[in-house]
Amino acid sequence: MITWVSSIIFIALLLSMGQRIVKRFKLIAQTIHLTQPLYIQDHPKERLNRMMRLAFGQQKMFDKPLVALFHLFIYLGFILINIKVLEIIIDGIFGTHRIFASILGSFYPFLINFFEILSGLVFVACIFFFIRRALLPIKRFQHPDLNGFPRKDAFTILGIEMILMLALWTMNACDALLQQAGNEHYPLVGQFIISQNFIPLFTHFSIETIHLIERIAWWFHITGILSFALYVTYSKHLHIFFAFPATYFSNLSKYGTMQSMPSVEFEVKNMLGLPTDPNFTPNPNQKFGAKDVFDLHIKNALDAYSCTECGRCTEQCPANNSGRKLSPRKIMMATRDRLEDVGKVLEQNKGNWVDDGKALLNDYISGEELRACTTCQACLQACPIELNPLDIILQMRRFQIMELSDAPNEWNLMFNNLETNQAPWKFNPNDRLNWATEQ
Amino acid sequence: MADWSASGESPEYLFWVGCAGSFDDRQKKVTRAFCEILQKVGITFAVLGKEEACTGDPARRAGNEFLFQMQANANVQVLNMYGVKKIITTCPHCFNTLKNEYPALGGNYEVIHHSQLLATLIQEGKIKSNGTSEEIAYHDSCYLGRANGVYEAPREIILGLQKELKELKSCKTNGLCCGAGGAQVFKEPEAGAIDMQVRRANEIVESGAKKVAIGCPFCMVMLQDGLNKTGKEKEIQLIDLAELVQQTM
Ligand code: SF4
Ligand code: SF4
Repeated sequence: MITWVSSIIFIALLLSMGQRIVKRFKLIAQTIHLTQPLYIQDHPKERLNRMMRLAFGQQKMFDKPLVALFHLFIYLGFILINIKVLEIIIDGIFGTHRIFASILGSFYPFLINFFEILSGLVFVACIFFFIRRALLPIKRFQHPDLNGFPRKDAFTILGIEMILMLALWTMNACDALLQQAGNEHYPLVGQFIISQNFIPLFTHFSIETIHLIERIAWWFHITGILSFALYVTYSKHLHIFFAFPATYFSNLSKYGTMQSMPSVEFEVKNMLGLPTDPNFTPNPNQKFGAKDVFDLHIKNALDAYSCTECGRCTEQCPANNSGRKLSPRKIMMATRDRLEDVGKVLEQNKGNWVDDGKALLNDYISGEELRACTTCQACLQACPIELNPLDIILQMRRFQIMELSDAPNEWNLMFNNLETNQAPWKFNPNDRLNWATEQ
Repeated sequence: MADWSASGESPEYLFWVGCAGSFDDRQKKVTRAFCEILQKVGITFAVLGKEEACTGDPARRAGNEFLFQMQANANVQVLNMYGVKKIITTCPHCFNTLKNEYPALGGNYEVIHHSQLLATLIQEGKIKSNGTSEEIAYHDSCYLGRANGVYEAPREIILGLQKELKELKSCKTNGLCCGAGGAQVFKEPEAGAIDMQVRRANEIVESGAKKVAIGCPFCMVMLQDGLNKTGKEKEIQLIDLAELVQQTM
């Protein structure tokens, strides 16, 4: 009777959380698809390789080996403990207990011990990251970019992960006592390497209380994991999913290369009487550059959702370091904030976009920020997964200049000089060879 | 280039002088030094002279794609008309644009930065150092280093000339920008705590370097300004890689 009721409650919990998580992912996917499509089919091998190297293998993280190691613990923990979660879900639905024990036999204790060691490493890593973030004088963590939700988000994630590990150990410790007491619902799988140290905490309780604690820890653990999965979709932790497509669909050209704009190229070539691409049809409503996320490319949106707000980019940014308003991390965060706000509008209007009177330019990212960038690419170089804040900056600059004619006076002079003298300064083009005869 | 073309011969390289190399007084010296080296080692080259126009890099990075396309397409026309195959340039910005951005517009050339040629010439023994040993620091330019991965050639030059190479605190992939790129050099900086060139100059001063080699006309302008502002311009000398080579020849 009891198992029957708890199975129903469990299934209801699973379905409702599952549905909310799926809904979130659908909304994010829909929002991302409002940006400009890219048709990328080239170099599949190179792309796969890049993805395996940067996202899966976390190669660039190892520029800081200790941090990378702890990050790897959490990452492995995250992936592998899912096997354990699968067991919990099956148990929850069918009212069984440790269903895998009967299937895996003597391998089962080995597996759980492995998970316990992993969870121990995750716990240690979380403590390390907690101390690093809260106590060490690391500028990128104290940076104003993170004020408000982002800073809380980082600590929340670490906190949840630690609490989940504690719940897991409590569960296993009580489980061992229940096995000893001969409760036949609890298969004899023995004690485990970390949780056995917690057993003394519970020995003085009655067997009913231990059973109750075990159940509470079990429910807490699975509810926690499901809530965490939902929370992740609102958090910087989404990088665990989006880092993969973001690295796969990276621009494979060199860091400093800007992409041509087919519409402009077409117009200019026409003007100069040069042959144009016969497959290109100009769009009369073409906007030049990016004012809002809809004008950016899907890769920019993937980048925004992959950014883990670590600030390695901003730490290296010469503009930020010299007190300019620009911070490449903030460019990524603002782009994501805008995408999230667009998502909210979609949600409120049955999936339709209704203009909310805002735009990425000015409401989220100011002209001053855009204008401070030296295009030095230090941000790309510093990012562990080579996200590209610079691409967003340059597309928005194009809008500022070509659509708004919003340029500082000196730039307008420079443009004029280029047009009339073919040089950015006011020199007579006939003097171009003077260097050869001067001394 | 027109003269070569008329004579029916073709030089080994087209030397893309660049706007700074043509008009900036400091950089004109670098242009002359580089030509002198080429002549001494017997490498034939041509320049476009009045037919050369800005690559369009500053316009493009400021956001003015129209203007970039105008400049770039016109340049590609000229280069293709002369059948240019190999281009050499003393400016990392010209280098980057010609090498990486012109192919999309139909301009496909083998483009090298002068540091690459000089490093090869030294390696091949065509340039021999008779200069004195001294300590030289090298400032990495963003568009040579990060943008194109050219980190070693400039260092090979310094070492090849039997000088001691001093690495600055921020170097190679972590090189610190002088503040010129992205068309910044053509306008006043945005409000901030310190000029970027002063920040870089401070690092140079702290390093104790007395001579800093550079491979970019814009880094040269910015860092000279930075040094002037720190008041150390008399103690620290900035020198282009071409000048460094020419002085020892
Ligand atoms: S490219 Fe722009 S945003 Fe990126 S580090 Fe350089 S100045 Fe900062
Ligand atoms: S863009 Fe990359 S380096 Fe910058 S904060 Fe995001 S993840 Fe970190």
